[in-house]
Amino acid sequence: MKLLYFAWVKTKTGLSEEEVTPPDGVATVAELLTWLEGRGPEFADALADREAIRVAVNQSFAKPGDPVGPNDEVALFPPVTGG
Amino acid sequence: MIRVQEQDFDIGAELAKLTDGNTAIGGLAVFVGLVRDMAGGSGISAMTLEHYPAMTEKMLAEIEAEAQARWPLEASLIIHRYGRLEPGDQIVMVAAASAHREAAFEACQFLMDWLKTKAPFWKLEETDQGALWVDARSSDDAAAARWVKRDPDAAE
Repeated sequence: MKLLYFAWVKTKTGLSEEEVTPPDGVATVAELLTWLEGRGPEFADALADREAIRVAVNQSFAKPGDPVGPNDEVALFPPVTGG
Repeated sequence: MIRVQEQDFDIGAELAKLTDGNTAIGGLAVFVGLVRDMAGGSGISAMTLEHYPAMTEKMLAEIEAEAQARWPLEASLIIHRYGRLEPGDQIVMVAAASAHREAAFEACQFLMDWLKTKAPFWKLEETDQGALWVDARSSDDAAAARWVKRDPDAAE
């Protein structure tokens, strides 16, 4: 699975992208976020406010219950502020 | 038409291109967003717009398609810049052309309202207090929400 981080999520995790292999049992967006939070203090900090995290799976906005799989591109970012 | 680019754009040239030869157009509405020099009481010397290229193109195309589906548009345009910009610089341009003004005005506002909440851009402002990521505004959510179609079957 390819993970992308943008804006302050990128700043806090210190990563812009990475390849990960989540354990079995990580099948949804919510489960992925919970697993990521446990990877270290920088992830726990970046994902502490779940309300402030938006997730896109394969370039489309996703909800907590939406599925994620090994071939997906998953992006984590704050609410958008363009325009 | 949608374009995501680092370089500046020429409003007059873009509009001339958009309407070129199409005499069915009777109304053309345009919005241009500029970098302000103040935010929340802090001076801003510059801002950097970050985006998620693959998703940006996809979302802008979806937003434009939705506008085309809702209003009888003859032409539409979204240009959004990324990279480092300074106060006074142009950030975004949206235009909608139709036979009559109402569709043009409404579609132009719709394009901006949805872009503000759906297109994956983020502003990092260089302020007196250092570099700060801009927070999303609830007023932008409210502006976008007024264009959400009500499901006629939904219970009140």
